Amino acid sequence: MNLLNTFFNMRVLIDSLPQLLRGLLVTIEIGIVSIVVGLAGGLFLAIARLYAPAVVRCLIRVYVDIFRSIPLLVLLIVVYYALPFVGIRLSPFVSAVTALSLVSAAYTAEIFRAGIEAIPSGQFEASAALGLSNRHTMVDVVLPQAIRIVIPPLTNNCINVLKDTALASVVAMPDLLKQATQAQALAANPTPLIGAAIIYVLLLWPMVAIVARLERHFARGKR
Amino acid sequence: MGTLGSTLISIRRLTKAYGDFTVLHGIDLDIAEGEVVCVIGPSGSGKSTLIRCINHLEAFSAGSTITVDGIPVGPGPQLAKVRAEVGMVFQSFNLFPHMTVLRNIMLAPLRVRRTPEPEAERKARELLARVGIAEQADKYPGQLSGGQQQRVAIARALAMEPKVLLFDEPTSALDPEMVGEVLDVMRKLAGTGVTMVVVTHEMGFARQVADRVIFMDGGRLVEAGTPGDIFDSPKEERTRGFLRAVLNH
Repeated sequence: MNLLNTFFNMRVLIDSLPQLLRGLLVTIEIGIVSIVVGLAGGLFLAIARLYAPAVVRCLIRVYVDIFRSIPLLVLLIVVYYALPFVGIRLSPFVSAVTALSLVSAAYTAEIFRAGIEAIPSGQFEASAALGLSNRHTMVDVVLPQAIRIVIPPLTNNCINVLKDTALASVVAMPDLLKQATQAQALAANPTPLIGAAIIYVLLLWPMVAIVARLERHFARGKR
Repeated sequence: MGTLGSTLISIRRLTKAYGDFTVLHGIDLDIAEGEVVCVIGPSGSGKSTLIRCINHLEAFSAGSTITVDGIPVGPGPQLAKVRAEVGMVFQSFNLFPHMTVLRNIMLAPLRVRRTPEPEAERKARELLARVGIAEQADKYPGQLSGGQQQRVAIARALAMEPKVLLFDEPTSALDPEMVGEVLDVMRKLAGTGVTMVVVTHEMGFARQVADRVIFMDGGRLVEAGTPGDIFDSPKEERTRGFLRAVLNH
């Protein structure tokens, strides 16, 4: 048994490919839903942290800190294996999306907050002096400028969420990693795992490259 | 200097403190409709804080009252109404960098006054012509000179048809060669009967354009009078000291 036959067995790869692609679809589904929910949640938290009453602001800070401290794997296992004891039974898909979104929202909230805080106070003052409401100040003046600042860190966060979907395999979600380990067991050959690794890289490399380009673009001082 | 109307802005016992440090010590001041008031004084005298209280960009201490056209200034739902009537021009322009000049001017009328788009645009172009930069309508603020940006900021404030315009050191951030073009626009405005409160270091402008000049020092209104009173025969020693320092350099 040589190295090539063990790790890069073409026949095994081709046999397992349909299974891997089914897994990829699940991975992308979990990823996109978690990213969208996390973005919406994070934006809401960031704006609420600016305008809500002090008690709510404090609660949001606690939320953000807790969900940035807890390891995602731990959270996922708590959601899937512990919540049923209090009668909350979530499917593997919902468990994975819930855990990923809760954490992603915490990170996204911090990113948006930093972006909003980077807008000079003069922009808020000019909006206030013109009589714009808080909503219009955000929608027309602050967010369009903040979005440009936060695109690179947000894209980074999306990459992390997509990578972390692999953890869903521990709650029996048939994602790309889970399909790969099953195919490996079936074929008694690790090639499907290598195949999965390559698919992850192919999926995420373009996003990583885009972030790098965006960061260079913004570093040049273009706004 | 035309005839002045009834009281537009009324300020009573205006006090403002940051912790132990008192910035304004019980200022009383009335400003009439159509009046042009220039506020002069050394840095840190509280003159910017004073005008920033008029549209409540700065909160002030309890017991102080400001009314604009009869509406009390303070936190609450009527604040938006006050701000819609009080235009402001800032030292650092504070234009919205992601919008064209035209959109900068149209934004508040569209959102606050709910002016229909075509009318808002027609009005914005008219205002740009009035401040002498009609041809810059589709540029972004970053593409304009400082003087042009400040003229856009004036047009933006005018677009709301405010009852009063506040100017917070409008020429202090400008290169010297651009000060004149902004002062020219302000002088023209003053001539059209707009009520203006101008915090400025431009003594020539104050002397020439103001109906009334107010000298502030240490958070107090030290002396007020016609430009002639203040510049030619100031009564207070502090006023004389300040004018000596700024006029003889």
